[in-house]
Amino acid sequence: MKIKMITRAAAVASVFALSGIAATAQAATLEDVKAAGELKCGINTGLPGFAFTDDNGKWAGFDVAYCRALAAAVLGDADKVKYVNLTGKNRFPALASGEIDILSRNTTWTFSRDLDLGFTFLGVSYYDGQGFLGRTSLGVKSAKQLDGASVCIQTGTTTELNLADFFRVNKIKYEPVPIETNEEARKAYEAERCDVYTTDASGLAATRSTFTKPSEHMVFPEIISKEPLGPLVRQGDDRWADIGRWVLFALINAEELGVTQANVDEMAKGTNNPEINRMLGTEGSLAAMIGLDKSWAINAIKAGGNYGEIFEKYLGKDTPLAIARGLNAQWNNGGLIYAPPMR
Amino acid sequence: MTQPFFRQKDEMLSERPPPASTVGIIGWLRSNLFSNWINTSLTLLSLYILWMAVPSLIEWAFIKAQLSGDDRFACSEDGACWAWLDQRIGQFLYGLYPAKETWRINIAFVLLFPALAPWLIDNIPGKKWLRWYSIFYPFIAAWLLVGGWFGIIEGVTTNNLGGFALNLTVGLAGIVLSLPIGIMLALGRQSRLPLIRWFSVIFIETVRGVPLITLLFVSNILLPIFLPPDVALDAVIRVIIMVSAFASAYMAEVIRGGLQAIPKGQYEAASAMGLGYWQSMRLIILPQALKISIPGIVNTFIGLFKDTTLVIVIGLFDILGIANAMVSNPDWLGLSSETYVFVSLFFFAVCFSMSRYSMRLERKLDTDKR
Repeated sequence: MKIKMITRAAAVASVFALSGIAATAQAATLEDVKAAGELKCGINTGLPGFAFTDDNGKWAGFDVAYCRALAAAVLGDADKVKYVNLTGKNRFPALASGEIDILSRNTTWTFSRDLDLGFTFLGVSYYDGQGFLGRTSLGVKSAKQLDGASVCIQTGTTTELNLADFFRVNKIKYEPVPIETNEEARKAYEAERCDVYTTDASGLAATRSTFTKPSEHMVFPEIISKEPLGPLVRQGDDRWADIGRWVLFALINAEELGVTQANVDEMAKGTNNPEINRMLGTEGSLAAMIGLDKSWAINAIKAGGNYGEIFEKYLGKDTPLAIARGLNAQWNNGGLIYAPPMR
Repeated sequence: MTQPFFRQKDEMLSERPPPASTVGIIGWLRSNLFSNWINTSLTLLSLYILWMAVPSLIEWAFIKAQLSGDDRFACSEDGACWAWLDQRIGQFLYGLYPAKETWRINIAFVLLFPALAPWLIDNIPGKKWLRWYSIFYPFIAAWLLVGGWFGIIEGVTTNNLGGFALNLTVGLAGIVLSLPIGIMLALGRQSRLPLIRWFSVIFIETVRGVPLITLLFVSNILLPIFLPPDVALDAVIRVIIMVSAFASAYMAEVIRGGLQAIPKGQYEAASAMGLGYWQSMRLIILPQALKISIPGIVNTFIGLFKDTTLVIVIGLFDILGIANAMVSNPDWLGLSSETYVFVSLFFFAVCFSMSRYSMRLERKLDTDKR
């Protein structure tokens, strides 16, 4: 996703200052988590589909589901998560300082965050990208036809730079309408102060679903930036990073192999598929290699279902967001979601 | 002799009412709203704006509003959607505090009033005892909210304290702490002892020169690194410390303004009476200085109370944060207008009562000879 550039600079500076202290203090995250009896998971303060409160005051969403699966794998109980809600400003310092064990907060995997800030990204849980939302009455079918359009955009974000690049490459003109927050941008677009609104495609889907007549608005097919989102941990604790990574892969592999929340107990009794048997612990010794309880993968899948089930529950076509799988379909289904084999 | 042009009248003339155009509603309207052409046109303009805004607002908020339903799709297109209220009111009041424990917040809230009464109301029976009680109240409230000290009630992590209860907790604690600290800083800034004066000046200028959001951020990110790993300072305590420090710096300057308005003769007279520094401050200077500063002090209180919404930057969910978290739920997406209106009612109620109380206090203490 994106972060205001100034605050990023501040975050980078503070992380630099602290990384020396933090790296020495935090070496064995798995032992710390087990000793504390709870997983400290950094999530958003509120993002449609990814992190939100339900009517009972419990956190739910796509990012939250990963925290729950990890807690289930490590501690055997998906409810043993302490959620730490983080803004774009303080998410990186919070991870660097050890306030959280893992950050699962729609964070884009970039070169500088991986290397400069000293974090380790565990994989990609959601492929996002910047897109455009416009009225169907514009009669425009593609973002490349937007010559002279006014564009609502959040200031100081990477989306602003992506937008400038896109219009320059396509040699068309636009008129930016700078807006401070997502909510303001939505209101401005609704009040027709701009022709199109640009932000990440998942955000556009959420925005579109709030309109009284969503069918009068369309998300254009062009995606003009790459925003691979995924969980991340501090660099320097490879064992903890491996655990986080393989819990994510287990959820993805479970979907590919047809292991669901409902049938995982049945399949754990043994199947004809050795890959499933290895993952669920009836064959081989994967659990010993990862250093977790024998039923770690079963617990992770039981927490909220496999990757596909989590996606459908919080983002999929039956939710108000109605986001299509697209790039986030399994590799054998035309998408990019691909987990290494568990053997 | 000619007849004198005046004559004596034996009975008094009866009183006649003042002209109809200067009394009653008409008189009030004439003198306040239509006294000259500028006022008349402004009145008409305001009436026009009200006529445009109020009926559609009432229609939106009440007449066409939807009061029940499971999600936003149950709501009509052009009215307000209040369907979330019955499910979410608990979160707006108490945050993510465990639902079965919210009675503790309620009791703490009820117990607050006898603690405030002796300081706000004169002529209250048992004032002395209530004052003693109010000194112990913060500990009672903390025990009720956090619990788990004596094993009688279950412990609750303060991260779960949220909603308007959090605004009230942080706001009240900030108000109660910032006034005495602010008075000490204001006196310290005028002290003749260089160490005390420098400390006060440095504290005031540093804290006042930094935005509150930065202080909160520092308290959340930097303090845990400098403190030993075993010392985990509670998030709400950290916020209270930072908010109080911030408000104290402003308070000190407000009170310094009051101190400087006291004529030098008052200081000298106090010395001439043989009063020591603390006696003269307590009996002569501060009562006058604080009276002058009341509008500024209440101004700072109101500002402090509204600043409590900034706690979202360190991951605590005050009433505004809860509102934002709610409108991220796909079932309630995009209801920001309704939630903002709802939240603003709470803030208006508290801030408006503070401002009315301060006006009453000013009138009561107004002993100037005019």
